[in-house]
Amino acid sequence: MIMPSLILSVAVRSLLPLLLLFSVFLLIRGHNEPGGGFVGGLVAAAAFALYAIAEGIAKVRQALRVDPRTLIGAGLVVALGSGLLSLLQGRPFMTGLWYQQPVPVLGKVGTPVLFDLGVYLVVVGIILTIILNLAEE
Amino acid sequence: MPPHLDQAPPAGSLAGQSQRTLWQHPATGWLLAILPAGALIYLLSLTGRVAAGESVILSLNWVPSLAVSFSFLLDGLSLLFAVLITGIGALILIYAGGYLAGHTLLGRFYFYLLLFMAAMLGVVLADNLITLFVFWELTSLSSYLLIGFDHHREEARKAALQALLVTGGGGLALLAGLLLLGNIGGSFELSELLQRGDLVRGHTLYLPLLLLVLAGAFAKSAQVPFHFWLPNAMAAPAPVSAYLHSATMVKAGVYLLARLSPILGGTEAWHYLVTLAGAATMLIGALLAFPQTDLKKILAYTTVSTLGGLTLLLGLNTTLAAKAAMVFLIVHCFYKGALFMIAGAVDHETATRDLRELSGLRRFMPLTTLAATLAALSMAGLPPMLGFISKELLYEAKLEAPRAAFWITSAGVLANVLLVAIAARLLLRPFFGRQTAMPQTPHEAPVTLWLGPVTLAILGLIIGLAPDTTAQYFIVGAVSAVRAEATEVKLALWHGINPVLALSVLTVASGLLLYSFRRLLQRATQPLSGLARLGPQQWYEWLLRGLNGLAQWQTRLLQSGYLRSYLLMIILTTIGLTGYALVSRAALPPLPSLPVAQSYEWLITAIMLAAAIAVVRAGSRLAAVAALGVIGFSIALLFVLYGAPDLAMTQFAIETLSVIIFVLVLYKLPRFAKFSRPGARLRDALVALAAGGMMTLLVLAVTAAPLCSRLTGFFAENSLPAANGRNIVNVILVDFRGLDTLGEITVLAVAAVGVYALLKLRLVKDKEG
Repeated sequence: MIMPSLILSVAVRSLLPLLLLFSVFLLIRGHNEPGGGFVGGLVAAAAFALYAIAEGIAKVRQALRVDPRTLIGAGLVVALGSGLLSLLQGRPFMTGLWYQQPVPVLGKVGTPVLFDLGVYLVVVGIILTIILNLAEE
Repeated sequence: MPPHLDQAPPAGSLAGQSQRTLWQHPATGWLLAILPAGALIYLLSLTGRVAAGESVILSLNWVPSLAVSFSFLLDGLSLLFAVLITGIGALILIYAGGYLAGHTLLGRFYFYLLLFMAAMLGVVLADNLITLFVFWELTSLSSYLLIGFDHHREEARKAALQALLVTGGGGLALLAGLLLLGNIGGSFELSELLQRGDLVRGHTLYLPLLLLVLAGAFAKSAQVPFHFWLPNAMAAPAPVSAYLHSATMVKAGVYLLARLSPILGGTEAWHYLVTLAGAATMLIGALLAFPQTDLKKILAYTTVSTLGGLTLLLGLNTTLAAKAAMVFLIVHCFYKGALFMIAGAVDHETATRDLRELSGLRRFMPLTTLAATLAALSMAGLPPMLGFISKELLYEAKLEAPRAAFWITSAGVLANVLLVAIAARLLLRPFFGRQTAMPQTPHEAPVTLWLGPVTLAILGLIIGLAPDTTAQYFIVGAVSAVRAEATEVKLALWHGINPVLALSVLTVASGLLLYSFRRLLQRATQPLSGLARLGPQQWYEWLLRGLNGLAQWQTRLLQSGYLRSYLLMIILTTIGLTGYALVSRAALPPLPSLPVAQSYEWLITAIMLAAAIAVVRAGSRLAAVAALGVIGFSIALLFVLYGAPDLAMTQFAIETLSVIIFVLVLYKLPRFAKFSRPGARLRDALVALAAGGMMTLLVLAVTAAPLCSRLTGFFAENSLPAANGRNIVNVILVDFRGLDTLGEITVLAVAAVGVYALLKLRLVKDKEG
């Protein structure tokens, strides 16, 4: 449906990894600085949308390796699971648990970060589900 | 035709078939029975401790801020119920494996049954009232699935819905009652409430509380006037009837009454309400059972009668009555569970459940006949079965009832006389009559089908012969829990010659006399069942029809199917409600003098206004989308200017993606055309102006009041120490209000599934067209 453009496709080839990296960066720093799972997910979805415009839907599906619907489910499971971890420790559902030692690169690690990852996956999954299915004939 | 023969499920996929062979394997029922059997063994290992008066409490935090915890209490009463649930549950699983052998959906059936079993255990073991309620409703839900298991039959679906609406509706009343109880008693833990009975009974809200709890318990235990759902529920397969409608679910109401009697019992209101409902149910159940000819219907109505008898005893609220109730409960589980399983086996073998067609089964099915004989003897209350002991205790308790002992005893005798006659009907001709042709020549049922009834029937015999062991291990603890004080219980088969024995003899003699005049009596009682049709069953159907009518009416009114009508309705409702609140609650804010704004703010405002006008006037969709995008990005700019980087970032990303999605959608739409007439456009413009004006007023009203939120301060102070994050927005989203976010992403996911389904639906249509 979309005319292939050489310039766009060359640009996207280097932009896609950068945007994805940026989205993960947003996800991780979200707890202390502007960012978070929702924005991170939006950026990642936008990156794939751009890729879809440049290279077509089939390439995106190939690059994703999983159906975006699977990402939705996985995201929900991760988010729910992060809340359940505290139950195992005998504390109320969704109590934030933190690993005391900061991990290099990631910073402090705890269940809220995992929860945010769940949000991220759900957002990516939803937007890609809609965009890919709309674009496919 | 029996329910298991007329299955016509569509041919499954290959995956379905491989699953089918696994579940249909004869060993599966036996294997699954290990689960409840294991639980039973564990429970039995605790009997010593519990009988000594110890209670085991297990508590997990759930929602501590609302005093809701996931806590469990094992005392004499819960132990008795839990043992019955797991023990009979194990037998039922084995039985179900044989009864539904070869059924395509047997795996699903096992799942529902285990789900129900777990829910029922939860009900009787729960210590927290809210935990109890959750399990209580779970039993209603799982029984809905079980009763409607043969879902291609309309009768089964209707019966399942009826049971769900009646017991679930009662459950809602119960929830209100339990919340009241928790608030009045100052705790949601039963173990604490049990010591605060005086406080609760003395409270002004005691009566409404009692009525609500009783509504829940009565609906579940099929007390008059809620009794009609139980016989209808016989649309379920026999294992369900045997388990849910004799041994467990319907006893949940009785359990609740027994459990709460130390807290709520002992007042006049309790005494009259519970005793009268129980007595009425006992008599009506027995009277309605008599003219039936369907085996399962007879058993169902006698179950209703028994549940009434149990309720009556709990209403009397004496130690003697509690003792009689607990023994009666065990007896009933044994003989009724056995009889239901036998009814299923007979149906399985002869392809009929009609008493008029069954005769002389003794020759074909000796083991089943043995079980049926013992169970019927127990039901009739003849020695040396446990049923005899139970009946003696019943009479003893009724003779010493604190009020109206004569009438209560007479009602008890009348119900028991009917039970004796019914037991004779169930046993004599079908099993010992002369042989006649039946729709299908029977053989002895397979081991899976006779194991359960034979076990239960023999247990009734053994316990009848040696009742004191059972008494010491199970009944003492249960009675002590019901009376909330340590009690002693002695059970024996022989009490000497006394008034109770005389009543027993009278009962059996009259019962047999009644049996010999059964034809005459059946003709006499026939009009009764016609009368019953005017009863609550009819009210239920009127109510259901009314509800459906209402739903259809409002659907026609509101759901036109046009997106524009929906939008109009939503916007108008918002304007109406919010506008009303704004005018009536808050004084309209004074129009502010034009704020002093920076020049770039004016610039952004001007751009947004221009873009808005462009959207409305655009001649093509693409132009409109682009202009909308301008508005969105301008708002994002405002966010940046006012120091909300999080919002700005999200807004940028959303705008980008929505433009992409819009373009993708536009690509598929037909050519742009103006559909609306000028009149409609004028209306839309007015609505839009009203909505915009109201939003403006709202914002002005909000900003006019000084913003002093305790929350901002709280989140700012606690974000880092409590949640390890400096970004308040994100901390609120993933931590302080994480549950909200979880709910939101779930809603999003569901919405995405909906969108996906819509898109796919359209594509399929395209292909066909």
